[in-house]
Amino acid sequence: MNIVVCVKQVPDTATERKLRSDDKTLDRDAADGVINELCEYAVEEALLLKEAHGGEVTVLTMGPDKASDTIRKALAMGADKAVHLVDDALHGSDALGTSHAMAQALKKIGFDLVILGSESTDARTGVLAAMLAERLGVPQLTFAKKVEVGKGTITVQRVTDYGYDKVEASLPAVVSVVEKINEPRYPSFKGIMAAKKKPVEKLGVADAGIDASQVGLANSWSEVVDFAAAPPRAAGTIVKDEGDGGAKAAEFLASKKFV
Amino acid sequence: MSEVLVLVEHVEGQIKKVTLELLTLARRLGAPSAVWTGPGYSAEARAKLAEHGAEKIYVADSADITDYVVAPKVDLLAQLVSSASPAAVLVAATAEAKEIAGRLAVRTDSGVLTDVVGIEEGLVADQSIFGGGVNVRARVTKGLPIIAVRPNASPVEAAAGAGAEEQVSVAVSDASKTARVVERVKEEKGARPELTEAAIVVSGGRGVGSAENFSIIEKLADSLGAAVGASRAATDAGWYPHQFQVGQTGKTVSPQLYIAAGISGAIQHRAGMQTAKTIVAINKDPEAPIFELADFGVVGDLNQVVPQLTEEIAKRT
Repeated sequence: MNIVVCVKQVPDTATERKLRSDDKTLDRDAADGVINELCEYAVEEALLLKEAHGGEVTVLTMGPDKASDTIRKALAMGADKAVHLVDDALHGSDALGTSHAMAQALKKIGFDLVILGSESTDARTGVLAAMLAERLGVPQLTFAKKVEVGKGTITVQRVTDYGYDKVEASLPAVVSVVEKINEPRYPSFKGIMAAKKKPVEKLGVADAGIDASQVGLANSWSEVVDFAAAPPRAAGTIVKDEGDGGAKAAEFLASKKFV
Repeated sequence: MSEVLVLVEHVEGQIKKVTLELLTLARRLGAPSAVWTGPGYSAEARAKLAEHGAEKIYVADSADITDYVVAPKVDLLAQLVSSASPAAVLVAATAEAKEIAGRLAVRTDSGVLTDVVGIEEGLVADQSIFGGGVNVRARVTKGLPIIAVRPNASPVEAAAGAGAEEQVSVAVSDASKTARVVERVKEEKGARPELTEAAIVVSGGRGVGSAENFSIIEKLADSLGAAVGASRAATDAGWYPHQFQVGQTGKTVSPQLYIAAGISGAIQHRAGMQTAKTIVAINKDPEAPIFELADFGVVGDLNQVVPQLTEEIAKRT
């Protein structure tokens, strides 16, 4: 089975994240770049499926040169090879532009299964997997907490507000995963060493068959008008429980008319 | 006045509050047209939509629409976008409706904005990003604005609309019938309000200590008519089901009141609750970052404080 796992480098959520004042895009230099956490679960699921059914796992990312760190992480976990979409023309692409670029790259690579994390910690739109299914014309099996692959078929448990839906489809398909699905492995020393020798193909806009009029900040379908740091919350009242903490909290709730 | 399509969220015919919030918002942007999908439509549902300003109600209540993941609803909305030429499409910023919005944007060559907390003149949308750290104003610049609005972000105001009903037969394409829902498994916990809809949310974290002990969180929630949430530490430990997880990789909630018990307040959690109007924190560690957000905090053992709070609330109500 030919599995492509899409990964994204995001600013570390433990550091202060910013937008750039010049073009209002994510400031990638302000914070350390790390692999988006849910992408690790996507990589793990791809590896588990490969271990069970055979085949090959290709990592696909789109991002600047430094996103190669994220590729290496996925390769160190055990993926076989990688494709890095890297081109200044891609900078500032919105979800529509990104989904066009990724879909073109996926068509070029070829796949039985595409796996993604269900959302990234930076933009948090949670729409990319659905958009890829739309653009590629394949079944959408998103927010999966369990994936089972049969002969040319796939079944997932899709998380819902009330529990989950059991969803069936034929391959090829697009799957996105939530963190309940598995426990991502840590790269071993051997894995880290091996990753250095694994092939990484760099593709630009033209190489991947991407329509340049569909990507980049200037061609986005939306724009940031302006932005500002959120005003800090006013300092609250903190009390130490001396046997009456619950009663004091109830008084506070009463003063705010919640009880 | 142009129509503004509002995708109705309902659970087996019961309309969710966010739909009424969207209709209230839509009235400022044009003539609201509610779009009903799947079984459960009733005279009662029609009345509720009309009372909140729906001028038209498009009804597509065949099972075809809900038997397959997301795509049939995109077919329906794309068909209505083409026939009604609306000024905008509003959906709730739930996981599924955002996916519908995303696919509709691709289908109609339009822009999409997600997790919007307000809409200003000229369809400029307010967004709160980076876990509530930055406020952004954004707008769609190409095609039709498709906007996913967070539940609880805007008020509900009643205002009568005509509520003219129009049955829509949607041609669900074969391509949209590829991911079939074969079973719906309900893991609901009691009759509490839904997490993203609730005016009050009571969440428990690592400090709760066990699945059994979540009962003290549930008792407090029930005394306030609140939903129960859980931090990632608690759902990872298996103490509470995953769909109740609040945070970066779970649900984002903006209730009037959020009570965090035994939750330290790491960014993972804060990203999901920072926009709550009032925050109360109970934690035994005075250094816990949750206290930086709290309007009222109690440093103490939640096993003492939470039951006492529940008891005091019972006395007052």
